[in-house]
Amino acid sequence: MPGSISHSAPVGIRISGVARVFGGSVRALDGIDLTVPAGQFLAILGPSGCGKSTLLRLIAGLDGPDSGTIELDDAVPREPVESTAHDHAPISYVFQDAQLLPWRTVLRNVELPLELAGRNRTARRELARAALHRVGLGDAVDRYPAQLSGGMKMRVSLARALVTRPRLLLLDEPFAALDEITRQKLDDQLRDLWRAMGLTVVFVTHSTIEAAFLAQRAIVMSPRPGRIVLDTPIALPIERGNAIRSTAEFAAAGRLLYAALEQGESAAEARP
Amino acid sequence: MSASRPAHAGQKPRDRGRDSLAARVVPPVTVFIVVALVAELLIRLLHVPEYLLPLPSKVFSTMAARRHELAVSLWTTAKAALIGFGASAILGMLAAIVLSSSRLVRRAIYPYTIFFQTVPLVAVAPLLIIWFDPGLQSVSMSAFIVSVFPVIANTLDGLLSTDPALVDLFHLYRAGPIARLWKLRLPAAVPQIITGLRVASGLAVIGTVVGEFLVGTLGTSEGLGVKIYGAVKYGNLDIVFASVLAASLLGLVLFAAVGGLGRLLLRHWHASQRAQ
Repeated sequence: MPGSISHSAPVGIRISGVARVFGGSVRALDGIDLTVPAGQFLAILGPSGCGKSTLLRLIAGLDGPDSGTIELDDAVPREPVESTAHDHAPISYVFQDAQLLPWRTVLRNVELPLELAGRNRTARRELARAALHRVGLGDAVDRYPAQLSGGMKMRVSLARALVTRPRLLLLDEPFAALDEITRQKLDDQLRDLWRAMGLTVVFVTHSTIEAAFLAQRAIVMSPRPGRIVLDTPIALPIERGNAIRSTAEFAAAGRLLYAALEQGESAAEARP
Repeated sequence: MSASRPAHAGQKPRDRGRDSLAARVVPPVTVFIVVALVAELLIRLLHVPEYLLPLPSKVFSTMAARRHELAVSLWTTAKAALIGFGASAILGMLAAIVLSSSRLVRRAIYPYTIFFQTVPLVAVAPLLIIWFDPGLQSVSMSAFIVSVFPVIANTLDGLLSTDPALVDLFHLYRAGPIARLWKLRLPAAVPQIITGLRVASGLAVIGTVVGEFLVGTLGTSEGLGVKIYGAVKYGNLDIVFASVLAASLLGLVLFAAVGGLGRLLLRHWHASQRAQ
């Protein structure tokens, strides 16, 4: 398996001068320059309609920019996944809703990416079980999505994203619909997974608290057109238990992001 | 099945809609008996002549007396209905898959499928008799023509309404068109396909009986439609009603079979199969 070692390394992103216009006139994104080093946990924060999901789709290659370029560290991500060489689909994407297939069991949902890559049944069962175990759902493999709570569905979705051992994990407001406690648990879990698996993570959210808790770095975007108004490191220790949520530093980081959000909003309103 | 019913631990949500067979059969059978009794009473009280409306008791005794003859007719009709319905199911789904492949194909061909929706069977039936053998073949063809459109329309609707996020997911994992169809679009369309088949099951029986009625003049079939045609001619309304009841029974069985298939395929989905 030549090259399989480099495949498991996280991947960096270089975005320069990217603009995306919808319907000829709606400038969803404008002049986006952003470099994400390999292995970083980046949060993209912004109000709805600021183009943060559009940016994520562009990074995933689900959509193309009208101008500018988006490059990943090397060319690997744009190539088809070789069915036999490895199971590392370089990019995984977690949607706002869990987006599970209701006719498949939890295990078969998690197997899906490997199945589409042509992996044999034994290998994909094993990897899917391991991925489910990692998100704490080792004993729910035979259930169907309709029998799961919202939080459990999201964890299945996370396991499905991780089963390919991605080098880049993109998440689009994945926990937004969950209750506060479930969301905090999943935030915790996501951070642990990021640290254990060595991924680059781009996490889109509209919650300043979530961004401050999760990320090493946050960018704040303003709406219409989507521009980056703040790019800041989150200067909090790498170990972030629940206790950190009540520290002054955490509150300060949240305030900083909130101020930038507000400033971006009022700037957008001031524009004709 | 009230929405506010508390969920009990250990009770899976899908169990709620699954009443016992008795609970489903007793109410409609009761209604049937009551209606028959009321009809019996009214016909006797108002002295309605038998050539206008036969007594339900007379219809039932005719059914009992002619049960072998009726069973043969029912079986003849059932065969044609099943062949027509089966052809509608398979060809309808295939047509929908082809139509879903591209907008151009859809624009070019879909209008012509409306033909099946609007075709006056009475006008086409003579052609069927000319083109096909005027027995089972032309009768199942008639069932097919009448029942194929809802399968096409509903399947197509299902195939075209796949959740865009799931389409993105398959795109991200580089699924080919075959994998997208088999593992995503077709299974995701099952609720709509079942709806189409349910409508088609009733139409297939109607198409069969009407087809038989029309080819019945040639006397080459023993189906219920032929029986109705002959009985009307001689004013034997008890036989007409007995045959209509037998045809309804066939439609009911087919409809229930499709419903059962739907429940089986959708048992792990959520609310959809409990709503019925």
